[in-house]
Amino acid sequence: MAAPMSFIDARPPPARRPDARSWLRENLFSSAGSTLATLLFAALLAWAAAVVLGWAVVHAVWVADADECQAARGIGACWGVIAEKGRLILLGRYPADESWRPVTATVLLLGLVVASCNRRLWNSWLALLWPAVSALYLWLMGGGAGLSRVATDLWGGLPLTVMLTVASLALAFPLAIVIALGRRSTMPAVRTLCIAYVELVRGVPLISVLFMASFMFPLFVPPGHSPDVLVRVVIGITLFAAAYMAEIVRGGLQSVPRGQVEAAASIGLTWWQAQRKIVLPQALAAVVPPIVNNFISLFKDTSLVTIVSLYELTGALSLALDSDPNWRPFKAEGYLFIAAIYFVFCFAMSRYSLRLEQRLARSHGR
Amino acid sequence: MAIAPRPAPSRRAKAASARARRRSAFYQLLAVAAVALLAWWLASTTLQNMRLRGIQSGFDFLWAPAGFEIGEGLLPYQSTDAYWRAFLAGLVNTLRVGVSGIVACTVLGTALGAGRFSANAIVRGVCWGYVELFRNIPLLLQMLTWYLVLTQFLPPIDEPARIAGWIVMSKNGVAFGAGEDSPTLSPEFLAVLLGLSLYTAAFVAEIVRAGIAAVPRGQMEAASALGLPSRRVMRLVVLPQALRIIVPPLTSQYLNLIKNSSLAVAVGYPDLVSIANTSLNQTGRAVECITIIMAVYLALSLLISVLMNRVNRGAAIKER
Repeated sequence: MAAPMSFIDARPPPARRPDARSWLRENLFSSAGSTLATLLFAALLAWAAAVVLGWAVVHAVWVADADECQAARGIGACWGVIAEKGRLILLGRYPADESWRPVTATVLLLGLVVASCNRRLWNSWLALLWPAVSALYLWLMGGGAGLSRVATDLWGGLPLTVMLTVASLALAFPLAIVIALGRRSTMPAVRTLCIAYVELVRGVPLISVLFMASFMFPLFVPPGHSPDVLVRVVIGITLFAAAYMAEIVRGGLQSVPRGQVEAAASIGLTWWQAQRKIVLPQALAAVVPPIVNNFISLFKDTSLVTIVSLYELTGALSLALDSDPNWRPFKAEGYLFIAAIYFVFCFAMSRYSLRLEQRLARSHGR
Repeated sequence: MAIAPRPAPSRRAKAASARARRRSAFYQLLAVAAVALLAWWLASTTLQNMRLRGIQSGFDFLWAPAGFEIGEGLLPYQSTDAYWRAFLAGLVNTLRVGVSGIVACTVLGTALGAGRFSANAIVRGVCWGYVELFRNIPLLLQMLTWYLVLTQFLPPIDEPARIAGWIVMSKNGVAFGAGEDSPTLSPEFLAVLLGLSLYTAAFVAEIVRAGIAAVPRGQMEAASALGLPSRRVMRLVVLPQALRIIVPPLTSQYLNLIKNSSLAVAVGYPDLVSIANTSLNQTGRAVECITIIMAVYLALSLLISVLMNRVNRGAAIKER
C-alpha cells in the first residue's frame, strides 16, 4: 500500500520590508569572511575618523595667528591660514577693494551654465543671453566704462578657473559640431582632415598644447600682434577640448536613426535643413550628460595652466603661500581647502549628469 | 495589372547627380585649400618671426652637449652628454613611471570595481567613497599633495626609518637595501606614481564595475544552477564576458595615464616634458622641443592602441 500522501507546510511569506536586523545580517554578517571584513573595516574607519577629527577639528587652530599655528603643528590643523589668505587663494591678485566684481561675474557665468544645461530653457533667448553675459563678464572683470581697469595678469583664483572652463567649452562647442559633421561626411577629403585633427589632438597631452600656446603662439602671428597670454591659453584649451567634444557629438549623431534623415529628405529638406532641424536637436539632447562629464574633466584640467604661470585656483594657492615664510609651512591645509572646492564642484556636476542620464534613459524607454 | 518598369533616369536626373559630384569636389578642394593656406601662412610668419628675433632653427642642437644634470634615471647620463641622450633619458623615465602606473592602476582599479559587488556593505561603501573622492580632485593637485606629504613627513636623511631591516625611508626616498647604490625610488618618482595610479584607479574601477554590471544576471544564475561555486562563476562566466566591455575604455584610460605622466614636470620628476622644457629654456628652440614632445606622445599613443587592439581581439567574441 502506498504511503499516505502529505502536504509540505507552506513557507511563511517573505517579510514585506526587510527589518534592520535582517539587513544587517545580509549585508554585514552573511558569512565568516564578511563578518571579518566588517570588523576589520569598521575598526580601520573608526581609527581613521578619530585621527582626522582630532587633527582637523579638536586640535585645530581656527584663528589667523601664525605663532599659535606653529605651536599646534603636527597635532592640529591650521585653518587660520584660510582665514588669513582666503581672499588671495580664491581671487588671486585681483585688487582687494574690487572683490565684488569677480564674485558677481563668476556667479552670473555659473548661473548661465546651469540654465544652459536645462533642456526646457533651450530657445532663442538663451542664444542671446550667452554673448550678453560674456560681455558683462568681461566688463566686470576687465573694467572700463565706469569701472577701473584691471589687467588680465591680475585675474586669478576660482573666477579664472571657472572662466577658462566655460569660455573654452563654449567656444569649442560650435567647432566640435562642425568637426563631428565633417567626420561623418561622405566627402573623403573633408573626412580625412577631420579625423586627422581629432586623432592628432587626442594623442598629445594638454601640457604640450599649453606650452605651444605660451611659447610657440607668439611666433605664429605677425610681430607685435601676439595676443595676451590669457587669450592664447583659452585658444589652446579650446582647440584641445574641441577634439574631445567632437567625438562626443559624433556619438550623439550616430545615435539618431537613419530613418530620421531619410524621412527628412523625403519631405524635401536639404542636407543642412535636415541636420539643423532634425538630426542635431536629437543628437545634442542625447549628448548633454557626456558633455557635462567633459565639463568636469576640463574643470579639473584647468589646474594645468599654473604650469604656464596663470594663477587659477591651484596657482593662486602657491602664489598666496610660497612668498610668505610665516604661512608657507601650512600648505597642506591650503591644498585640502582647494581640493574641497574642486570636489564640491565636480561631485555636484557628476550627480547632475547622472540624473540627466537617468531621465534620458526613461524617456527613451517610453 | 503589372507595374510598369521604371523608366531609365532622365537626362535631368543625370545632370543633377553630376552637379552634386562637381559640388562635392568643389567643397573638398575648398577645405584642402583653406587648410593648406593656413599652414603656409603659419609657416611663413613663423620663419619671418624667427629671422627677426635671430632665433636659430633646426634639430642640429640635439648633438650639442646638454650641460644640465638629470636627477634620476635608468640610463647612464651625465651633463656633458648630447641633448638627444637627455631626451632619451627623459623618455625612459616617462616609460618607467607610465608602465608602473598602468600596472598599479589596473590591479587597484579591478579590486575596487569588483568590490562594488561585495556582499559586505562596508566594503561596497569604501569602494564607492574611494572612486568619488579620487576622481573629483584634479590630478595635478593630488600629485602636488603627495609630493608635499613625502617631502614633509619622511624622516630626515641622517636618521632614516627602516622597515624589516632592508627598506630604508628618508627624504631621499625609499631605498631597497642599506648600501650606498641600492635601488632607490625618489620622492619625485613616488609622488608621480602615487598620483597617477591612485587617480586612474578610480576611473578603472568605474569601467570594471560597469563591465561586470553589463553581464546579464541570467548568466550568473545559470552558472550557479549548474552548480559552479561563486568564485568560478566569476572567473569562468562573468569576467570573460565583462572583459569584452572593459577592454576598449580601459585602453583610453591607459592612454590618459601616459599623457598625464607629463604632469611630472610640476614636481620636478625628469620625464620627457620636463627635459624638453629645460632644453627649450636653454636653447630657445621652442618649435623643435614641442614638436619632439608631441611626436613622442603620438607614437606612444599609437603603440598602446596597437597593443590593446591585440588584447581586445583576444577578448572579443569568437564567432565560428
